[in-house]
Amino acid sequence: MQEFIWLIPLLPLLSAIFLMGFSSKLPPNLVACFGTGSVGLSAFLTCNLTLGYLKDPDLLTVTLWTWMRVSDLNANVGFHIDGLTIVMMMIITCVGFLIHLFSCEFMAHDKSYARYFAYLNMFVSAMLVLVMSDNLLLLYLGWEGVGVCSYLLVGFWYQHSSNGRAARKAFIVTRIGDTAMMLGLLVLFTEFRTLDIQSLVSSAQARWQTGEFISTLACLLLLAGAAGKSAQFPLHTWLPDAMAGPTPVSALIHAATMVTAGVYLIARMHGLFIISPHALLAIAFIGVGTSLMAAFSALVQTDIKRILAYSTISQIGYMFLALGVGAWGAAVFHLMTHAFFKALLFLGSGAIIHCLHHEHDIFKMGGLWRRMPITFASFLIGCSALAALPFTSGFFSKDLILLSAYQLKEFGPILWAGGLLGALVTALYSFRLVFIVFFGPIQTFPDKENGWKISLPLITLCILSLIGGYFTLPLNSLFPIEQMRHPALWVEVVSIITPLLGVLIAYMLFIRGPTRVPKLLTSPHENRLSHFLFLGWKLDELYDRILVLPYTHLTSILLHEPIDKLYNAVVLLNQKLHALFSLSQSGHMRWYVVSIVIGFIMLLGIAITIPKGLSQW
Amino acid sequence: MLELTLFYIASIVALSATVLAMTRTNAIHALIYLIVSLLAIAVIFFLIGAPFAAALEIVIYAGAIMVLFVFVIMMLNLGERGDARERQLLQPNVWLGPAILSLILLVELLYLISTVEGPASSGSVSPKSVGLALFGPYVIAVELASMLLLSGLVGSYHLGRRFLERG
Amino acid sequence: MQELTVPLNHVLFVSTLLFTIGMLGLMIRRNIIFILMSLEVMLNASALAFIAAGAHWGQPDGQVIFLLILSVAAAEVAVGLGLVLQIQKRFKTLDMDNANRMRG
Repeated sequence: MQEFIWLIPLLPLLSAIFLMGFSSKLPPNLVACFGTGSVGLSAFLTCNLTLGYLKDPDLLTVTLWTWMRVSDLNANVGFHIDGLTIVMMMIITCVGFLIHLFSCEFMAHDKSYARYFAYLNMFVSAMLVLVMSDNLLLLYLGWEGVGVCSYLLVGFWYQHSSNGRAARKAFIVTRIGDTAMMLGLLVLFTEFRTLDIQSLVSSAQARWQTGEFISTLACLLLLAGAAGKSAQFPLHTWLPDAMAGPTPVSALIHAATMVTAGVYLIARMHGLFIISPHALLAIAFIGVGTSLMAAFSALVQTDIKRILAYSTISQIGYMFLALGVGAWGAAVFHLMTHAFFKALLFLGSGAIIHCLHHEHDIFKMGGLWRRMPITFASFLIGCSALAALPFTSGFFSKDLILLSAYQLKEFGPILWAGGLLGALVTALYSFRLVFIVFFGPIQTFPDKENGWKISLPLITLCILSLIGGYFTLPLNSLFPIEQMRHPALWVEVVSIITPLLGVLIAYMLFIRGPTRVPKLLTSPHENRLSHFLFLGWKLDELYDRILVLPYTHLTSILLHEPIDKLYNAVVLLNQKLHALFSLSQSGHMRWYVVSIVIGFIMLLGIAITIPKGLSQW
Repeated sequence: MLELTLFYIASIVALSATVLAMTRTNAIHALIYLIVSLLAIAVIFFLIGAPFAAALEIVIYAGAIMVLFVFVIMMLNLGERGDARERQLLQPNVWLGPAILSLILLVELLYLISTVEGPASSGSVSPKSVGLALFGPYVIAVELASMLLLSGLVGSYHLGRRFLERG
Repeated sequence: MQELTVPLNHVLFVSTLLFTIGMLGLMIRRNIIFILMSLEVMLNASALAFIAAGAHWGQPDGQVIFLLILSVAAAEVAVGLGLVLQIQKRFKTLDMDNANRMRG
C-alpha cells in the first residue's frame, strides 16, 4: 500500500488544477464528479492504508525526492505515517468527502461552482501535506497552503466587500501566528541544523535541559503559530468573521480540519513541548481561558454560524487544555470527536440556511423540528455531543480531558474548574440553540426539502458523532502513557452532571418559561454586559484601537510619502533651475555670442589676477 | 624707418577698413572693405618678415574666400530691401551693450600684451623653412587640415546642392 | 636700427583691435553674411598674432599655424555659406533672430 501514499494528497491537487484550468467549460455534474470523486478516492486509499496500519502498526516513512538542499538545510518531500497521521488523514479525507458531497447540493446554484470545488480540493490536498509531512518545512508549506485556501474560501463571495474584509482579516491574523511559527522553525534549525521532525525531537530531548530558556522560546513561538491557526486567544478574532464563507467551508476548514492544525502541530511536536513546562502551562491556561471566553460569547450570539464559530473556538480551547496538561491522546481524541459533531452541526446549520433563504438569525427560525426531521435529529445529536451528554462521543473525550486536567499537580483543580464552568456554559448555549431554532412558533417556512446529497452526510456524521467515543485510536505507541490515578468519585460525578445541569437550565429558560427568559440571552444589544459578550469581549475594538488605528494613521502619513518630499524638493529645485537656465537658451545667436564674450572676459580677468597671487609664492 | 611708417599706415588702413566693413548695410560694400583690410594685413605680414604668409593671405583670403562670399551674395540677389532693415539695426541701443563688453575685453587684452617687448621681426622666415616645418613635425596637422577641407567640401556641396535643385 | 623695426607689442595691439572689432560685429549684426564676415575678421586677427609671434622668434611655426587657420577658415566659410543658402530658402530672410527654433 505504501507505494501509493503520495496519491492521497496528489489526487485532490490534480483535480484542483484541472478544475481551475477548465472552470468555465465544464458542466456542473462533471465538476461535482471530479471534486468529490478525487477526495472520495483519497478517502478510499486512506481507509486502505488505515486497515493495513491497524493490522501491522509499523512506522511508514516515504521520501519522494529532495526538495531543496542549501548548505546544512536538507528538506525532503517525504511522508511520515504513524498513528497520529492516520487519525488526521482519516478525519480529513472522510469528513472532507462527506462535506464535498454536501456541497454538491448546497452550492448547486452558485455560478462559481467549479472555482468552489477547485479551492476545496486544493485545501484538502494542502491539509494532507500538512499532516503527512515528515519535516517542518513541508509541514509549513501545507500550513500556508491551507491558510491561502481559507482566505480564498472565506472571501468566496467576494462580491460583497464585507466578505473580502473578513477574508483579509482571517489571513492577516493567522499570518501573525505564522510569522511566529516561522521564527520558531528558524530557532529550531539554528539549534539542531535539521528540520526533520523525528530527529529534531530526539536530539532536542538529548541536548536540552528541562525548562531551558531556548526550549521555552522555541515552544512559545510554535505555540503562537498554533494559536493563530487554531483561533486561540489572543489571535482568535478572525474565526467568527470567517463565517462569511459558504457553510460547508466553515464545516470543513473552520471546524473539522484547518483550525485543528495547531492542535496537530503541538501533538506532533509533543516531545519538544515536554521539555518546556512553562510552555505547557501557557498552553493549558490559553486553552481554558479561550474556551471560557468563547463559550460566554456564544451564549449571546444571534447568528447561527457565529454561535458555532465561538463554540469551535471554545472546543479547541479544550484541546489546548488537554495538550497543556500532557494528555496528548485526549486532545487528539477530542479533535476527532469534535471534527465529527462540529462538522455535523455546521452541515445541519447549512441545511437550515439552505432551506430558509439564507436566513442566519436564530430568532427568525423556530419550530423547525416537524419540518426538517433529519436536520433536527442531526442538530440534537450534534448538540448533545457538543454539550458532552453521556454516551455521546463528546462525552468521552471531554471527560477524559477534564479528568486529566484535574490530575495536574499544581494548577490541576483550577484548570478543571474552569473547564467545568465552560462545559456548563457549553451545554447552555448549545441547547439554547436547539430550543430556539427547533421549538416554539414557526417564524420562517422552509421552502424546499433537502436532497440525499445533504441528508446522507448528515446521517453519516450523526452515526459518527454517536459512536465516535468508542473508537480506540492507534496512538499508544506514540505518546508517553500517563499513569492515571483514579480520581475521586465526586470529581467524575460532577463532571458528568454539569452538562446535564446546563441542559436543564436551558430547558427551564427556553421551553418552560419563554417569558422569563432573561433579556440577557435574547436581545444582546439592550444590555451592556451581553453587548460586550456579543462583540467577543470587544477584542476587535481593542485591536483596532491599539494596532489597526495607529497603523492606518501611519500609513496615511506614509501615503503622502514624507521621505520622498526631500527628493521631490531636489527634483523641484532642478526643474526651477532648468526653467531658469532654459530662459538663457533663447535661440538667438547674438545672445550666445554675448554670453561667450562675458565668459571670456571673466576668464581673462582670472588670468590677470591669479598669476600674480601664484607668483608670490 | 620706412618699415615703421609703412606698418603704421597699413595698420590704420586695416583697422579703418574693418570698422567700415562692420558698419556697412550693403553686403557687397562691406565685402570690398574687408578685402582692403585683408590686403593691408598682408602688407603687415610682409613687413614683419613673413612673405609666404603675405602671399597666401592675398591669394587665398582676399582671392578665394572673399570671392566665395561674392558668389553667394550674388546668388541670393538681396538687392536693396535688406539695406533699410540693416540700417535700422545699427541704432545705439543695439550696439551700446556689446560695445562696452568689447571695450572691457580690449582693455584686458591690452593689459596682458603690454608687458611684451622686443622687435616683431628677427629676419625673414623663408617659404622653404615653412615648407620643411609643414612636412616635418607638422605633417599630421597637414593631414588633418586636408581632411577638414575635404569634409568642408562635402558638407557645403551637400548643403548647397539642395538649394540648387529646389530653389 | 633696432628702434626702427616694428615693435612686437604694436603688432599685437593691432591684432587685438582687429579681434575686438570683429567680436563687436559678431555681437551687433543679425545678418548671417555679416556674422560670417566678422568671424573671418577674428580668425584673421588671431592669425596676425601668430605670425607676429613666429616672426619674433624667427621660427616658421607661426606661419604653419597660419596655414592651418587658413584651411579652417576656408572650410568654415564653405559650410557657412552653404548654410546661408539653406537659411535663405527656409526662412526667406538672413536675419538670425528668426532662426531661433533651437531655444530651450
